[in-house]
Amino acid sequence: MIFLTVGTQLPFERLVRAVDMWASRHPDIEVFAQIGDTKYEPKNMKWVRLLDPKCYNDLLSQAAVVVGHVGMGTIITGVEYGVPLVLMPRQVALGEHRNDHQIASAKQFAKLSGVSIVNNSEQLELEMDRVFSLPKCGDETDARKLSVSQTLIERIERFVAQSS
Amino acid sequence: MKVLLVSSSGGHWVQLMRLKSAFKDAELIFASTDRSYAQHNQEHEFFHVADASRSNKFKLLLQGLAVFRLVFNERPDIVITTGASIGLWALVIGKWFDARTIWIDSIANSEEMSLSGKKAARYADLYLTQWEHLSGADTGAEYAGAVI
Repeated sequence: MIFLTVGTQLPFERLVRAVDMWASRHPDIEVFAQIGDTKYEPKNMKWVRLLDPKCYNDLLSQAAVVVGHVGMGTIITGVEYGVPLVLMPRQVALGEHRNDHQIASAKQFAKLSGVSIVNNSEQLELEMDRVFSLPKCGDETDARKLSVSQTLIERIERFVAQSS
Repeated sequence: MKVLLVSSSGGHWVQLMRLKSAFKDAELIFASTDRSYAQHNQEHEFFHVADASRSNKFKLLLQGLAVFRLVFNERPDIVITTGASIGLWALVIGKWFDARTIWIDSIANSEEMSLSGKKAARYADLYLTQWEHLSGADTGAEYAGAVI
């Protein structure tokens, strides 16, 4: 199953349309989408607007591939579950976000193994074909490297101790 | 000691949840903009606050009132947030009621501090960025590590 998520904040027409197009060419592959406030209603895949956290985690962990925007929730949760991620940054020029921080994030997080960044519909479809054809085996992602840094926890603990 | 962990839904929340372990001996309460997030920490009290953004000033104001009610009733000793507008409200109002406040800017902001983060600077007793190159005198932010 392929799981598409565009986050909880803003619609992402371009991405939902592109994945729906891909789904129309792969009727044998199940695709499920959480589309938020996106106006376009997919025709070739099952979709909902918003999943509750438990369903979201279940679907994400079962997915062969997760397709999404370059949101930190998607990246952290996807990498934690060791699911390959195909991510498209939102662009201000296309009215997809309030600033272009997703393009900056895309550069930062493209380094993680298991994360592919695509910039348009054509790249997305090629990358979905490629990632979906890979066998799922071994430790392909950086899941285990993504722990919270101990220095950060200690800094907050020190602050708490000073506050009490 | 009572700690309020508060953020908008999605990535801000995922990051905030990774910091829970810093508050081992405290009473934790949570607040976010997605009602179903009560599922996440069932042993703790959860408060839903309606979502808002800068584009709708009326909703933003309602969100401020809801956060005021929450902070007034609960009187947390510490407020910690990763953003966005709900977190900024919680810091501003937290300060009114003598809470100690922590802003940790989302790791999604790798080139500059977030918009709400810039506004939060003067209300945060501990003001953190997750990017070392954004720390220092320019931003006033401190770097101590990241949630990933």
